[in-house]
Amino acid sequence: MSSERRIRVVVAKPGLDSHDRGAKIVARAFRDAGMEVIYTGLRQTPEQIAETALQEDVNVIALSILSGAHLALFPKIMELLKQKGLDDVLVFAGGIIPKEDIPHLKKIGIVEVFGPGTRTDTLVKFVLKNVRKRK
Amino acid sequence: MTNIEQLIDGVLKGDRRSIAKTITFIENNLLESQKTVSLLYPHTGKAHIVGITGPTGSGKSTLIQKLVEELRRRGKTVGVVAVDPSSPFTGGAFLGDRVRMQDLSTDEGVFIRSMATRGSVGALAKATKDAVKVLDASGKDVVVVETVGAGQSEVEIVKVAHTVVVVLAPGLGDDIQAIKAGIMEIGDIFVVNKADRENVNKAMLDIETMLNMNPEREKWKPPVVKTTAITGEGIIELLEKIDQHRKYLEAGAIDTRRRQRVETELVEAIKEKVAESIVDDLKQKGELDELVQKILAKETDPYSAADMLLTKRLKRVKTG
Repeated sequence: MSSERRIRVVVAKPGLDSHDRGAKIVARAFRDAGMEVIYTGLRQTPEQIAETALQEDVNVIALSILSGAHLALFPKIMELLKQKGLDDVLVFAGGIIPKEDIPHLKKIGIVEVFGPGTRTDTLVKFVLKNVRKRK
Repeated sequence: MTNIEQLIDGVLKGDRRSIAKTITFIENNLLESQKTVSLLYPHTGKAHIVGITGPTGSGKSTLIQKLVEELRRRGKTVGVVAVDPSSPFTGGAFLGDRVRMQDLSTDEGVFIRSMATRGSVGALAKATKDAVKVLDASGKDVVVVETVGAGQSEVEIVKVAHTVVVVLAPGLGDDIQAIKAGIMEIGDIFVVNKADRENVNKAMLDIETMLNMNPEREKWKPPVVKTTAITGEGIIELLEKIDQHRKYLEAGAIDTRRRQRVETELVEAIKEKVAESIVDDLKQKGELDELVQKILAKETDPYSAADMLLTKRLKRVKTG
């Protein structure tokens, strides 16, 4: 148990949408994979998400969005993370995000974007493979 | 400066990233975190530590949100450590206390950290205690510790907190619940939350009756406060009671508590060190495995094996 860096994940829902069934299922899958999941609840501002990631010292941020505001909110979140010195955190997204927006999101540092129908074990494998081991 | 010294330096300046990283370090390196705690120790002892406990669903997190808001209005800085259980099967945890405290997360005078129990009660107590020390040393005026539901872990927070608030709600169980040992004996203040519900007066009465029957251990009589956290009703009264309790402690009782706390911490540290050194030694010599095999073969049992080991070792110390 000592010297073991347990993976800590923030599952966050930025912006104004009220559907978190998906986010909760993802949170549950990460929990069952042995991770510590911090769930923020609905309608988070970019500031709240970045500050939560900082205080909880997480190594992964999972963003769930269905409202279509990803192009407005995600760049702000990435910018704030950088400002706070959290650029080594693995950030990925899921929800309803049009294919043509994905290249731009990847350019600003969202490592992957998952759409509807993604299996939870795909997400777990993705995190285990991409999380940066930190002390 | 080493990494740890730099981190501690940041903590003392109140730097939030340093606070976060120091708590992570303590959580992940229970054994090696000793140096960190030693460096922090001289800077601790200033914060008022408030433990909040009670059954799941009694409204602890919402109550904390309102309490912290009121403390902030009074110009106090606050740290919160919220503990939730880890799964004993996967080690994973779902830490949801922030959901109720969203509005606090961007306030610079507040630092919230969620912690998972990660196995044993003892480990919870140690990491939580040390996380509280980090927040105390970072200059927070008040540190709130929230713990879960049931059993031993609640009693454990007494050892961390100056003031223990037990949060109950009407309809969570009948008066039989109030007779159960443990939770009713550790509260300095009792809260009946969700006071807008039916049966609140019955719940108040049950608790007051139970408290009157408790043997008197000190001069402080635990008050029972009615709150409706969601609307903020009763919060100011609760804060007044917390303040009164702090003053009561400062008038003398705190020395007794502090002495007890230091003694417990010392005894626990000794136990840990002794057990660690013996077990390490046994592992190195392969004796541990040997004994495990014997126990598996039913040639002996764990208690007799431990007795035998200790007698053997004590002899060695005396003759050696």
